[in-house]
Amino acid sequence: MLDPKGRVVMVSGAPRGVGRAIAERLLDQDRPVVDFFLDGAPAQARAGDTLLTAILAGGHGHVRHSEFGDGPRAGFCWMGACQDCFVLVEGRGARRACGTLLEPGMKLRRR
Amino acid sequence: MSVVVVGAGPAGVRAVERLVAAGLRPIWIEEAPDGGGRVFQKPPPGFSRGHRALYGADHGRAFALHAALAALKPLTDWRPDTLVWNLRPGDLDVVSDGTHERLGWERIILCTGAMDRVVPIPGWTQPGVTSLGAAQIALKTQGLAIGRRVALCGTGPLLLLLAQQLTKVGAPPVLVLESAAWSTTLRAVPGLAWNPAAALRGMAWRAGLKVQTGAVPLRVEEGCTALRWRDSRGWEHRTEVDAVAMGWGLKPETQLADLAGARFAFDRLQRLWLPERDAAGRASVPGVYLAGDGASIGGSVVAELAGTRAALAVLQDIGEKPDPLETTLLDRALAREARFRRALERAFPYPHALAAAMPDETLLCRCEAITAAEMRASAAPEINRGKAATRVGMGRCQGRLCGPPAAEVLAQAIGCDIAEVGRLRGQMPVKPVVL
Repeated sequence: MLDPKGRVVMVSGAPRGVGRAIAERLLDQDRPVVDFFLDGAPAQARAGDTLLTAILAGGHGHVRHSEFGDGPRAGFCWMGACQDCFVLVEGRGARRACGTLLEPGMKLRRR
Repeated sequence: MSVVVVGAGPAGVRAVERLVAAGLRPIWIEEAPDGGGRVFQKPPPGFSRGHRALYGADHGRAFALHAALAALKPLTDWRPDTLVWNLRPGDLDVVSDGTHERLGWERIILCTGAMDRVVPIPGWTQPGVTSLGAAQIALKTQGLAIGRRVALCGTGPLLLLLAQQLTKVGAPPVLVLESAAWSTTLRAVPGLAWNPAAALRGMAWRAGLKVQTGAVPLRVEEGCTALRWRDSRGWEHRTEVDAVAMGWGLKPETQLADLAGARFAFDRLQRLWLPERDAAGRASVPGVYLAGDGASIGGSVVAELAGTRAALAVLQDIGEKPDPLETTLLDRALAREARFRRALERAFPYPHALAAAMPDETLLCRCEAITAAEMRASAAPEINRGKAATRVGMGRCQGRLCGPPAAEVLAQAIGCDIAEVGRLRGQMPVKPVVL
């Protein structure tokens, strides 16, 4: 692994929220690529990803903004209990990102 | 006879198995797309790791449970992807992919499972901060590490297990903070043949994990770039991280038992309000049975035993006569496990003083972004009055996360015992549904 310290690093492949991925793909990632849309921009993830994985491992940083102005959120419990990872799936309404599997061509909107 | 089982984790599978063996065909409702519960949750189709890689030392039990689950589905009215959002005497409301239905029941076994119990700290609502359970689910079912420089904080078996699991796959945590002091762990288990807490610590030590004992997190810095924490001697430290996972034991999902009208009692050891039940799992309401971590935290071994035991209670109550030897052996096994469990609770207690002393600016309630200061200022005589005054616990999660710490904050603020502030009453729908 290259040490980025003291170097200029170009980060590419993350159309929105460019920066570090919150979740790192580690194991079992040899799965077909799936195209989807995040806030209108094309994005990619893997078959079997939840919406939460697709967004966070894709380097998009957050799944929603707190309606009370305290900043971005990215869920907490990953088990459908905390209700903090709702994302809008066009045509289907608000879904918990942690418990919803990504499907090809899905259009996700973050609030 | 309409028998309903809610949940298809270890308790639910074994309950259904025993009912089916007695010739019943229960309605079996699971919120997730498939069974297994959180402990034996399967990755979605397309992942390739086998049971040994996914479930470690428990892979044999996981395999057996999944096999039983698969065999039982066609013998029941199996309803995955279905949320029970309301429960009344005699009927319940479910929703599945937007379709609502009301189902009748004469007997119902609730195997609703558990989630992490937290202590909110400043910065905990930011992306990059998750529960310990979340970090484990991410690894198990999605093959993800929640970060590259991960700090784990909390207490008990899950903390050390997760640290070990991450280490094993080449992503060791940079920091592990166990809030229980070594002395607490050692004192906890006199009279047992072996010390489960010390065994866990030994396992962690052999795995090369450096665990800070008696250490607690204080604040997640802006952007989740560093964690401030305090060691057992009171020194404060700052460690650069990109993710934090936290959890101080588990708390049962008791919302449906609450809606059913079950009586609750305060459990001093777990420091939680739990639905009352007899040794077989009968709640205080006729026809309602409780099993597994959804009733009281016992872990998956206890859940399997308790699931079978609750099913036997149903059979006894509808006039069947199961072999008394079967119930006796189960009751003995459950009593033995309960002794271990009490030892674990004493070894890894919820750090209630840390929760009670959380800084004023902490977002106690993450649903509604309400600070600890607001709960303190309410000076409410009881937690539901505090909820009405501040909206803490009124948000989408219904106090699942903030309930226990909010009670600690309020009890400290008004100077009363934790049991006296009471518990947040459940409301339907137990989770958000579109009506």
